Amino acid sequence: MAVSNPAEYSPKRNTSFVDWLNRHIKLIFILPSLIFVLAMMVFPIGYTVWLSFNEWNGSARQSPQGVGLSNYTNLLTADPRFWDSVLRTFLFSFGAVVAELLLGLGIALLLQGKFFGQNFIKTLILLPMVATPVAIGMAWLLMFEPTIGLLNALLRDIGIAPQPWLGSEQQALWSLVMVDVWQWTPMMALILLAGLTVLPEEPYEAARVDGASPRQRFFYLTLPLLMPTIVVATLLRSIDALKTFDIIYTMTRGGPGYATETINTYGYVQSFEYFKLGQASSLLVIFFAMVLGISLLFIQVRRRWGVQA
Amino acid sequence: MGGTGMSQATRPENRATELPTPDTTNRPADSRLSTGRKAGATRWDYVLLQGLRYVAIVLITIIFLLPFLWMTLSSFKTQIDITTSKNVFQFTPTTENYQNVFGQYNYLLYLVNSLVVAVGSTFLSLVLGLPAAYAIARYRVGWLGVVLLTARIVPGITFLIPWYIIFSRIGIIGSYWALILSHMLVGLPFIAWIMISFFESLPVDLEEAARVDGATAFGAFFRISLPLAVPGIITASIMSFIFSWNNFMFSLVLSGDNTKTLPIAIFNFISYSSVDWGGLMAAAVVITLPVLLLTLMVQRYVVAGLTSGATKG
Repeated sequence: MAVSNPAEYSPKRNTSFVDWLNRHIKLIFILPSLIFVLAMMVFPIGYTVWLSFNEWNGSARQSPQGVGLSNYTNLLTADPRFWDSVLRTFLFSFGAVVAELLLGLGIALLLQGKFFGQNFIKTLILLPMVATPVAIGMAWLLMFEPTIGLLNALLRDIGIAPQPWLGSEQQALWSLVMVDVWQWTPMMALILLAGLTVLPEEPYEAARVDGASPRQRFFYLTLPLLMPTIVVATLLRSIDALKTFDIIYTMTRGGPGYATETINTYGYVQSFEYFKLGQASSLLVIFFAMVLGISLLFIQVRRRWGVQA
Repeated sequence: MGGTGMSQATRPENRATELPTPDTTNRPADSRLSTGRKAGATRWDYVLLQGLRYVAIVLITIIFLLPFLWMTLSSFKTQIDITTSKNVFQFTPTTENYQNVFGQYNYLLYLVNSLVVAVGSTFLSLVLGLPAAYAIARYRVGWLGVVLLTARIVPGITFLIPWYIIFSRIGIIGSYWALILSHMLVGLPFIAWIMISFFESLPVDLEEAARVDGATAFGAFFRISLPLAVPGIITASIMSFIFSWNNFMFSLVLSGDNTKTLPIAIFNFISYSSVDWGGLMAAAVVITLPVLLLTLMVQRYVVAGLTSGATKG
């Protein structure tokens, strides 16, 4: 800061304690957050890593027993449930994010440009993503209900056989993807819409003069220009999709069987239903590394696109 | 739509005749119409296109609102109407489900718990996060910013086992404090995330002028920067409140019988052998209504909060 010595200008500067506070404002401002982060974040992560090399059922009478890497080898080589959950996590995330991107892009294009009630519509559309996921899960549970649910009633009306939805091992995961798509497409649409509104106008005027068709304008102008926003939105959503817990755990608890168990719900079950805390910790460390890896990729891509945009 | 398809099919021939006279089109309308329209299109094509666009917009909005409507409708039905009635709109409305939710299932307690935790965690996140965000923006403490943002990325479940053990040891497991502290791990990074860029966007000149006039460093923060940052603070607070209100995983592990928040209460609802659908939907309405109303009232801030960081390079 370019100010020389504020004390010279101040008539009411008196106690040296106040002086001390003002000289150390940076420290005082960051210290509380720093302590919080150390206690609530850094220490727990370290503890989880440590626990992943131990075996413990959480009881106070028996302390954790060191087992080396066996939790990891166990998980990676002898636990098919783990690999199934990894596969499902990626299927769920990939399916959901691709659908959200395509639908979101369509909706963003539809909402682009002024129309009567635009703000109101935008508000209504964002409601799915602010609504409490557990409550939303319950509403969808009723809609998926095979005998009394709305979805099968609609299917019957148009002459399609009722579906088991969450009741079947084949459909359950995709039914959950449907809920996620309903919940998060608006987010994708709103981000892309924000990206669309800041696109430069000149290329479009040039294209008009050249007589480009709407399709050409979309594929050769809008899509490339919007690409940075698309990439950022996709990665942002992917990171969150991998971590989806509320909807899955409340609607199916990973069932039927293990048909909807993801890494996140498996980690929860290992921790707080089986109390295999060491085994669970190794799973969580792997999960953490996975999400972190994808996030670093995100930061890289964002930096690259950021320079270009 | 018809006009678009036709002009595409006949494009090669059209092009030559079209190029010399691009200005015959109705320019103001054309430049605003994103879906595009060719020089040959008539006024009626435009009207038709806009009409179709409106229909599509309304349909999509209805699809996004359908689960809410269904939930609300069912919450006013008896169990018999929900399970047997053929026509979904044919029923006698009843408030019995809501009476049960508050009378029998004690939702008033859970509502209060949710409020205490959401307000408490948001308030404390602001107390910690605002100065930190300011320091990061003004005094370039970038590494702390990175650490705080990491908290947004790390899967929350990674913290749960250690928290459970620590909170049990120090005897706050099941208390409001356990919930508030855990929810702060969501609120604080989010508040910091929004406020760092907000403080960075504030001009330094005002603060420097105040400093020259004798304001202390603290004075500059509290009297100049903080008041200017109010819009950002509102956005950040609302989002932090909503995240806490909606939080399920942390509360599931850390809450006690008397500190259960609404999401945990409704989750326990379905553990009963036969599902009381009407009651469940009434509970779902009770949980979502405050968030939806809040969003409708301050939608501008919520849009900003949810999409912030995604569009800037």
